[in-house]
Amino acid sequence: MSLLSFAAALVGFGVLAPVLGCLLSGADRIVSARMQGRVGPPLLQPLHDVRKLLAKDVRPVNSFQGFYVLLALLFSLLAGAFFFAGGSLLLVVFVLTLSTLFFVVAAYSTRSPFAEIGAEREIIQVASYEPMVILFAVSFFIATGSFDVSVALAREVPVIAQLPLVFCALLFILTIKLRKSPFDLSYSHHAHQELVKGITTEMSGRTLALVEVMHWYENVLFLGWVALFVVWSSWIAVPVALAAVLAVYFFEVLIDNNFARVKWQSMFKWSWAVTLVLCLANILVLSFL
Amino acid sequence: MSSTIRSPWLIHYDASSCNGCDIEVLACLTPLFDVERFGIINTGNPKHADIFLVTGSVNERNIGVVQQIYSQMLEPKVVIACGVCACSGGIFRDCYNTLGGIDAAIPVDVYAPGCAVRPEAIIDAVVTGLGVLEDRRKALAAGTLQPVALPRSVTAADKLVGGETVRAAAAASTREALEVLAACESPAATGGEALESPASHGGEALEACQSRESPTATGTQEA
Repeated sequence: MSLLSFAAALVGFGVLAPVLGCLLSGADRIVSARMQGRVGPPLLQPLHDVRKLLAKDVRPVNSFQGFYVLLALLFSLLAGAFFFAGGSLLLVVFVLTLSTLFFVVAAYSTRSPFAEIGAEREIIQVASYEPMVILFAVSFFIATGSFDVSVALAREVPVIAQLPLVFCALLFILTIKLRKSPFDLSYSHHAHQELVKGITTEMSGRTLALVEVMHWYENVLFLGWVALFVVWSSWIAVPVALAAVLAVYFFEVLIDNNFARVKWQSMFKWSWAVTLVLCLANILVLSFL
Repeated sequence: MSSTIRSPWLIHYDASSCNGCDIEVLACLTPLFDVERFGIINTGNPKHADIFLVTGSVNERNIGVVQQIYSQMLEPKVVIACGVCACSGGIFRDCYNTLGGIDAAIPVDVYAPGCAVRPEAIIDAVVTGLGVLEDRRKALAAGTLQPVALPRSVTAADKLVGGETVRAAAAASTREALEVLAACESPAATGGEALESPASHGGEALEACQSRESPTATGTQEA
């Protein structure tokens, strides 16, 4: 990853990811509505939501919550830029964790009981998916010999051929990262799903708009992780990866609409069980083949 | 059409409703009416909401809550009173505990009567409210939005009964009783005629006056 490629990725990801994220979020709501027998909002509804929030009055709870949320947004933008510039997967994972940390601290800084519960649930979510995310980077290294994302595009065979079980485990924790039922404990886009509005209870107006945009950036990055498994050096890889990404996203929306939320204990246990069993099995097979 | 009226998030509060109007509000979210087509989301957080849907009438227990939720909403905001209890108190208007409709607590922008209010009427009221919301957004952006003052200390004593408030009627009654008491303490000034009908308004004061003076007086004052 050179400075030039990083700069290009920063600008490209910074401009294109919100557009794609907005369209994905809109499509998510329409598909969910159709699954529920409704018509659903227009495709650009998330854009209207963000613009509406930016037009609201400014009444912050304290002087630093908006700052923490802005930092969370910037670090998620940085993580995406590192990823799409072909940088180190470990760096991407740790910068993203820093982004989540600032989001959690933003909620704790308000000292509101509802925001604190949302922040605690967010921490438990991080504890549930972080082992998998790290093992994703580690198994990528074992399969390709490098942490750099760019080696995936130089391969003859997509990484999923060597890491099928790791891919399945990633899909499992992707439900947590994309904030879908049954693992949408700290914040859900559906109405009345948690105590008031979970981690975003004390966030309003401009700050809430930044949270929404941050989710768009993150969603595009996570779908990039999915695409990483199915790309190789041919041009056919592009439509294949696109189809795989859309199929996975549709699958996540389907899971979202069919499962009720579980308790944090269940989320934690199942995530660790799936992660350890599938990843260890895959890595053992890979090491001995 | 600005984004503000394409994404109106609402918060619903049941003041003292029988839940009939609440069920109709929730019916608007079901597939039959599907208000999410208009970008409407039912959020439980006043800090996220633009439209305040209130059902039921106001009493001393919930007036503080209604005012608290309204205060926590960010401008621009709109209040819609759903159902006739929220509009004016409905069939419970003359009850001792009902202070009246929601406008006894907060300024209401749209009234949607009905018992229970129909989902079509609620949607119509929300669409009417969107016009008000857009006006307030423009005023907020221009810096000309006036903050609305809430009614101060509305309690059951301020309720109107027979053309005057309960508080004023009680004050008048107390004043009359004190006048009778003062009259009974100086019988020479009034000549005694004022004491002849114990069944009148100041009857209790008269009897108290009599029982207090009976040890000293002999038989001059009789019922």
